Amino acid sequence: MSEFLKLTDWRVRRGKRLALTVESLQLEAGGVLAVAGPNGAGKSTLLMALARLIPLERGEIWLNGRPACAESALRYRRRLGLVMQSPLLFDTSVYENVACGLRFRGLPEKEIRSRVEKWLERLKIFPLAKRRAAELSGGEGQRVSLARALALEPELLLLDEPFSALDAPTRAHLLDDLRRLLAETGTTTLFVTHDLEEARQIATRLAIILGGRLAQVDAPEQIFSQPVSQEVRAFLGI
Amino acid sequence: MPELLQITLLSLQISGLATGLSLLIGLPLGTLLALGKFPGRAVILSLVNTGMGLPPVVVGLFVAIMLWRSGPLGELRLIYTPAAIILAQVIIAFPVIAGLTTSALQALDPRLRLQLLGLGASTPQMVWMLWREARLPLLAALMAGFGSVISEVGASMMVGGNIRYQTRVLTTAIVLETGKGNFDLAIGLGVLLLTITFLVNWALTALQQRGRKE
Repeated sequence: MSEFLKLTDWRVRRGKRLALTVESLQLEAGGVLAVAGPNGAGKSTLLMALARLIPLERGEIWLNGRPACAESALRYRRRLGLVMQSPLLFDTSVYENVACGLRFRGLPEKEIRSRVEKWLERLKIFPLAKRRAAELSGGEGQRVSLARALALEPELLLLDEPFSALDAPTRAHLLDDLRRLLAETGTTTLFVTHDLEEARQIATRLAIILGGRLAQVDAPEQIFSQPVSQEVRAFLGI
Repeated sequence: MPELLQITLLSLQISGLATGLSLLIGLPLGTLLALGKFPGRAVILSLVNTGMGLPPVVVGLFVAIMLWRSGPLGELRLIYTPAAIILAQVIIAFPVIAGLTTSALQALDPRLRLQLLGLGASTPQMVWMLWREARLPLLAALMAGFGSVISEVGASMMVGGNIRYQTRVLTTAIVLETGKGNFDLAIGLGVLLLTITFLVNWALTALQQRGRKE
């Protein structure tokens, strides 16, 4: 496997508690890694540390052949896109929300307009461009949040349970659209979820985190057919 | 220039400048207290919160001692000048703005900071966006700061001296005219002060509410 993303020898603390250890984790370019586990297992810690929003006590991140420590946190983060559980939109128009990450990067206005329009279109929210973010439904808000991250054309997209607050039909539609967009763009993605069915539908690889450790990483079907331990089996409910 | 107009303009100049300077100190300080983690933060925050209720006469006393001819800053010869009133008013208003800025920013969803950083915001860009998100309470902080100084009389009297054509402002003029028994003039000045306060706050409220209309 060509390693587009590689985590080595990780140790992450939340306060004094050792929250996560990862000996090694790899993902190929264009792959979608779903990270699943029960609440408090360390899924979000993995994502936050990967975004360098919380520090690593030990370990390294390699992204596209470069170690993250070789560049500033800001420069590194500008290679990423982040979508959180709640859309966390800004109190302005949908257009400006999608444009803001591009403005942070100082892109020319023409480029910003073209990218924003493209991603509003692709996320099927172009008619909402002038609406205030506060007026949107949960599903529309999360589409804006996805457009905001994808418009950055990130090397690595980080998704932290983006659909968990949505109703089932909205979630199914969004998941379909996201799967299609990721396939079309070949965006390497790490997708944190506690929904195994969601993970199965979208992921090329699945990582199960239990108690702050990676219990198994493999193709989803492989994990479901051959769980490596009783704990993984219990988590999968099989 | 008629005396009344001169007093009104001087009041606006002094309190406007004092509010502006208080904003320059209070907004960064309040932001640092809301977003930062550093030793002594809780003590500074308690001091700022205490400062929000500082009695103007105590501030006046402190500034008068500092600026008195024989005081530590006596060499500057600022006592009984508009600059002395501005200094006292800044000490009154900046904790109000800093304290309300801290509350305004702490009321935002803490995940917003992570989201902004995750979108590639630098620290100044993140702070600017957070100010933007908290613009309604921040403008309320500005109004509270202005309100605390335009209506203040004790410190202005003590460090300004209420000198005609030099340091007489609307509030000190009201005190003087009331003392002389000129109630008609004092009431007139009071109405003028209220009108000015209303107009300034009306303008700030219009700014605050801009874009909120659906």
